[in-house]
Amino acid sequence: MTSFFQTKLHLTYEWSWALATVVGVLLIALPLMLAVAMIIYADRKIWAAMALRRGPNVVGPFGLLQSFADGLKVFLQETIVPSASNKGIFLIAPIVTFTVALLAWAVVPFGPGAVLADIDVGLLYILAISSLGVYGVVMSGWASNSKYPFFSAMRAAAQMISYEVSIGFILICVVLWAGTFNLNGIIAAQRDHIFGINGFVVNPLLFPLWVMFLISSMAETARAPFDLTEAESELVAGYQTEYSSMSFALFWLGEYANVLLMCTLNAVLFWGGWLPPVDWAPLYDFLFTEGLTAIFWLFAKILFFFFIFSWVKATVPRYRYDQLMRLGWKVFLPLSLFFVVLVSGWLMVTRYGA
Amino acid sequence: MIQTIAFYLFAALVVLSAVCVITARNPVHSVLWLIMAFFNGAGLMVLVGAEFIAMLLVIVYVGAVAVLFLFVVMMLDIDFAELRAGFVKNFPLGLLIALVLLAELVLGIGAWRMGGLDLGTPAGTAAPALGASNTAALGAVLYRDYLFLFEAAGLILLVAMVGAIVLTHREGRAPRGQQNISRQNARRPQDATAMRQPKVGEGIEL
Repeated sequence: MTSFFQTKLHLTYEWSWALATVVGVLLIALPLMLAVAMIIYADRKIWAAMALRRGPNVVGPFGLLQSFADGLKVFLQETIVPSASNKGIFLIAPIVTFTVALLAWAVVPFGPGAVLADIDVGLLYILAISSLGVYGVVMSGWASNSKYPFFSAMRAAAQMISYEVSIGFILICVVLWAGTFNLNGIIAAQRDHIFGINGFVVNPLLFPLWVMFLISSMAETARAPFDLTEAESELVAGYQTEYSSMSFALFWLGEYANVLLMCTLNAVLFWGGWLPPVDWAPLYDFLFTEGLTAIFWLFAKILFFFFIFSWVKATVPRYRYDQLMRLGWKVFLPLSLFFVVLVSGWLMVTRYGA
Repeated sequence: MIQTIAFYLFAALVVLSAVCVITARNPVHSVLWLIMAFFNGAGLMVLVGAEFIAMLLVIVYVGAVAVLFLFVVMMLDIDFAELRAGFVKNFPLGLLIALVLLAELVLGIGAWRMGGLDLGTPAGTAAPALGASNTAALGAVLYRDYLFLFEAAGLILLVAMVGAIVLTHREGRAPRGQQNISRQNARRPQDATAMRQPKVGEGIEL
């Protein structure tokens, strides 16, 4: 796109690069917002169907416009800032949550060349950005100057740090196998992995890691059954208790954007990203162009994982806090550490010939 | 042009937030400014092409260390007047530390001005290609030339971790709130409940 602006608008390389980046950011962020609105609708529909209810079905055909109606409603409401709160941080917190949820999408590859920032340390960037997600919650909990949000912030801080450790080890295994931190490189390494199937998940050494990653990603996004930060039976609404209107909506949007990101990471790291499930030539190019087909496969995988997330939310009861900590520190951490040793040992023997 | 703008933006924000760390009245604000300084420092490192270090800085310091700082500082019940009272008393000590830091900076920059560190030039077929990926170059140096130092650092950290656990671990505390998960899962309704059909007017014996 940079060269397009350079030739059409006769700009210098720098300015056409800047323009191309801004256009790229908008091309990712705006559809993402739309996707978040629709995925909230899908979440409610799936959840309702599992509870034998109808779910949203009034606004628009099949209730499709429900999320937009909700968005309009919160937009028109008054933003209430508690008088005892720490105003600056109180207002910055939802912005941080929302911005951080959007930032990580910069390195997500949507197709063979369709990635905004094709950096060498893509996976580390995602890890760095997702570790920032906790600040929105902690800042809002502290700045609200209220007990339940504060409890929620404490829980969130401990929970996210705990699960980041095991996620880090799981990612190390994937990186060891792929030999690169670049997300497109990781996807390329999954082509024709075993028996012509694309994806690390069919690898017996990496399959258990995917299971752990799926569960950890639910804990990392504070999704049910690990939604202790907003456990309504204990903490009113957790860190969002004191928030209203648009500041509340920003938390909501950021949370779902994070969930979508984790679904994408599941797809990219273990299920072959934009590759079709099977390494068979017609599957790479059946939807007009190769790029559109790649996007189709990635979106199909994201939606599949989102369905799993919704399914779990609808069926699994909430964990108790000590159970959550036990799972993170006593089960996932030793297991993932063991798998780091196992995977690197296997690679030493088979690939590097020790 | 864009690089220059980015550099001055990051540099100015680092300095500004570093000043705010010390001048902020609320310790929580101080920690948040510190995080801001870390983050912009990472931005500066990306600008000089050290993206691996930049990401590590964010993951380790912003993602873990600063969260724990914030965690502790948020829970402190702080008397601000008392905090200010020690200022005059501790001023000479602070000045001394500042002087030591200044001397280290002068020494470091002076040594650097005398010439670069002689790390040896890469040779042979397995030498790291300079200008290759940051991660690969760093790994090659770390695991080939400085393997012993790297492993020694790891051992020191392990000892520190064990020390922290030893210091905080209390033996013989009542195991309150602990549970045997496998025993809980193995428990069946017939172990815990009993079906009784008492006659009307009679109680049941438990």
